Amino acid sequence: MGLRLFPVAVVLVLAGPVAAGLLGALLPAFGWLPALGGDALSLRPWQDLMATPGLGTAVLLALGTGLGSTVLALGAVLLFVAGFSGTRLFRRMGLAISPLLSLPHAAAAIGLAFLLSPSGWLFRLISPWATGFDRPPDLLIVHDPLGLMLMLGLAAKEVPFLWLMTLAALPQADPARAGRLAASLGYGRVTGFLLAVLPRLYPQIRLPVYAVVAFATSNVDVALVLGPTTPPPLGVMVLRLAADPDLAARFSASAAAVLQLGVTGLALGLWIGAERVAAALGRRLAGTGRRDHGDRLLAGLGAVMLLSAVAAVGLGLAGLALWSVAGPWRFPAVWPDRIDLGRWASALPMLVPPLVETAVIAVLSVAMALVLVVGTLRAGGAAGKVPALVYLPLLVPQVSFLFGLQILLLASGAGAGLGVVVAAHLVFVLPYVALSLADPWRALDPRFERVAAALGASPARIFWRIRLPMLARPLATAAAVGFAVSVGLYLPTVLIGAAGWRR
Amino acid sequence: MEIDRRGLLALLAGAAAVPLMPVRALAADPSDWTALLAEAKGQTVWFHAWGGGDQINDYIGWAAGEVKQRYGVTVEHVKVTDTANVVQTVLAEKSAGRTTGGSVDLVWINGENFAAMKREGLLQRRGWAESLPNFAFVDVAGKPTTRVDFTIPTDGLEAPWGMAQLVFFHDTATTPNPPRSAAEFLAYAKANPGRLAYPQPPDFMGSTFLKQILTETTSDPVRLARPVEAGDLEEVTRPLYAYLDDLHPHLWRSGRAYPQNVAALMQLLADDEIDVAFAFNPATASNDVENGVLPDSVRGYVFAGGTIGNTHFVAIPFNSGAAAGAMVFADFLMSPEAQARKADAVVWGDPTVLDVARLGEADRARFAGITRGVATPTAEELGTVLPEPHPSWMEAVETAWTARYGAT
Repeated sequence: MGLRLFPVAVVLVLAGPVAAGLLGALLPAFGWLPALGGDALSLRPWQDLMATPGLGTAVLLALGTGLGSTVLALGAVLLFVAGFSGTRLFRRMGLAISPLLSLPHAAAAIGLAFLLSPSGWLFRLISPWATGFDRPPDLLIVHDPLGLMLMLGLAAKEVPFLWLMTLAALPQADPARAGRLAASLGYGRVTGFLLAVLPRLYPQIRLPVYAVVAFATSNVDVALVLGPTTPPPLGVMVLRLAADPDLAARFSASAAAVLQLGVTGLALGLWIGAERVAAALGRRLAGTGRRDHGDRLLAGLGAVMLLSAVAAVGLGLAGLALWSVAGPWRFPAVWPDRIDLGRWASALPMLVPPLVETAVIAVLSVAMALVLVVGTLRAGGAAGKVPALVYLPLLVPQVSFLFGLQILLLASGAGAGLGVVVAAHLVFVLPYVALSLADPWRALDPRFERVAAALGASPARIFWRIRLPMLARPLATAAAVGFAVSVGLYLPTVLIGAAGWRR
Repeated sequence: MEIDRRGLLALLAGAAAVPLMPVRALAADPSDWTALLAEAKGQTVWFHAWGGGDQINDYIGWAAGEVKQRYGVTVEHVKVTDTANVVQTVLAEKSAGRTTGGSVDLVWINGENFAAMKREGLLQRRGWAESLPNFAFVDVAGKPTTRVDFTIPTDGLEAPWGMAQLVFFHDTATTPNPPRSAAEFLAYAKANPGRLAYPQPPDFMGSTFLKQILTETTSDPVRLARPVEAGDLEEVTRPLYAYLDDLHPHLWRSGRAYPQNVAALMQLLADDEIDVAFAFNPATASNDVENGVLPDSVRGYVFAGGTIGNTHFVAIPFNSGAAAGAMVFADFLMSPEAQARKADAVVWGDPTVLDVARLGEADRARFAGITRGVATPTAEELGTVLPEPHPSWMEAVETAWTARYGAT
């Protein structure tokens, strides 16, 4: 019946744009774009790209900051879960972390920049009484050439996502019983977790981790705010080439987008290799029988990392909120001279149309994603199987295929309507909705439905009257996650929407 | 794609106006103005214009409302981030053989993008702008850039809309004697390490700063008006790189990081990280002074030998289906009423292209009544306008800059 169509529709909705976008980048990368006078295949775009100053550094920055930030974020989450799961601190942290997921990356980055730059909040707190600075010092913190700030910023923003995914997967790894067993054998909390729980937990969160690797190696919006500029990481370089008034630069920009795909692929390959090494290492550690590997220290480290990530993003956000109502607020004043609501008053009327559009786009894409995901899960039976392709958009660098999609749209002269923007958002919203909904769907106790069936309820009635109401909370969570993803999407809106906003 | 702390709210907002294609092409002859008005009535003009400034968007919205009411012409502002994309859209339409009913009716443009559109034959075939009634008031003698766009003759293919000039800003309380020439800028940087910066080229303002330095340091500035010729690139630009080599170690962050655009540069001035900022709109700082973002002691000034200036225009693509409506709107944008309103710092603060002295009494009064803005230099203080170099110079310099300084 019609249900079978859902997985097909999902694949079309997702793979269609991704494939078209990659093609739209791939063909110009080899010189083929008739609209711009490219009607023969050639390696010229690659030669031009290779001649771009700083390309090698840009690639290394993408790899280094992407992999480094994933290690930091995953390490913080796992160590904290290992050291504190089941404690009161753990539950409290959960309350603090989850809302941060909905914060757009760019907002978190701007907040962090204000917090940590030499004229920022931290320096103001200790100036001039401790530092002697009555003007901001000339220190290269934000935009540092090694990308350390970028790495920390990415890590801080990835913590909430990995945290939620880990929490969702944790029950299936049965940490409480495994932990008790390990403890009864004399293992410390962290060692016990790493040896007994992690091997079962990690496969459940592998996909989200890969998504983080892919996102962080190709990120643009955080890199614009925090990353190095001479040269920038590869993702930003793609965007710079694409904005060149010389239209011939579109060809080498396409080549750069394809190169980004390769770099992200390489990063994923390196990560998978590291997984193997880590697993082998874990087995050897288990074989030694050592009960404690500085567990208290490791747990403390996890707590410090997680707390700093949450505090940094939270304080940055508070700084932003304060800036939006600040009158004069100059270094080294810790607080604004006065509160001025004028900016809000004058901005609000102007913000209404974009806010309405943002909401319309988000509601439409989330609604479509929910229908498609629920339909697909239903078609997958009690096991709730989801086609693996659903997660494709999370693993392909946004900048690679969105740039190709933009070229196709421009070349077709179609322009970008609301429908196109919603479709582009759907590509990113749907995987997150699926990710949030799939596990609760499978976890629902099958006996409820069996009882209903035994009482003679039709499958449709069981679905509408039993399953959906019982999954109301996960559905709401999935919708909220999807809404947050849509509202925070930067590149799809800028590249695909006819209008971005910039100053 | 730039992001800043204060513009964040706008960033959280999303997507775009939705261009639907009007399909119709007629004569659109501005020499018969009455017939043109009749033809324009009922047309919808898709105006592709940079949409990143709230004040500018408001002003365009106001102008659209006026032409709707007066002439029955509907103007839809398509807020673009990058005019290069508009050029590419029109080029793609031309390649696809779409000679009428194009998606762009009017585009806000100048410099390299105009040069590209003119070169590729993407604009109206005949010059129209100088036949518009209000063009008579344009100050073509006093403001020669209203007819020559980055050394390229406009040939009436674009109508002048506003003036821009490189203007510097300093805090008179903390920096009473700011640098007033390229040489003084360098000396100031050496005396005050880390207190000067410029946006990273190829950002527009960063490139403009390089043009200023190039014009001041090169031995033969007149040479810059002609395209680059093989052989003389190195000789003409050598003093520029010698200057930059000297300057960079003393810049903000020792030249290892650069602000990414003019908004970031102004933010650094507001954060007291640098002593001098600059922008292309002389009124840039006035608003920030007004609402307390910058200290009230911040003032604008220009270099003693003059600064780079240019004109920005509106142009009609060859395949516009509403050329008549676009001309009516372009003419309204040039009218004394619209120009005076635009020059008001409270509205936008964009200097006029008109010769105010030649206007009638009532229109002169409009200009006399506008707010200049507390930190905006007067027309006299703005002094000499230096011409833009030919676009080919900046293409070469931007590429060389990135290779020399942007890829450590």
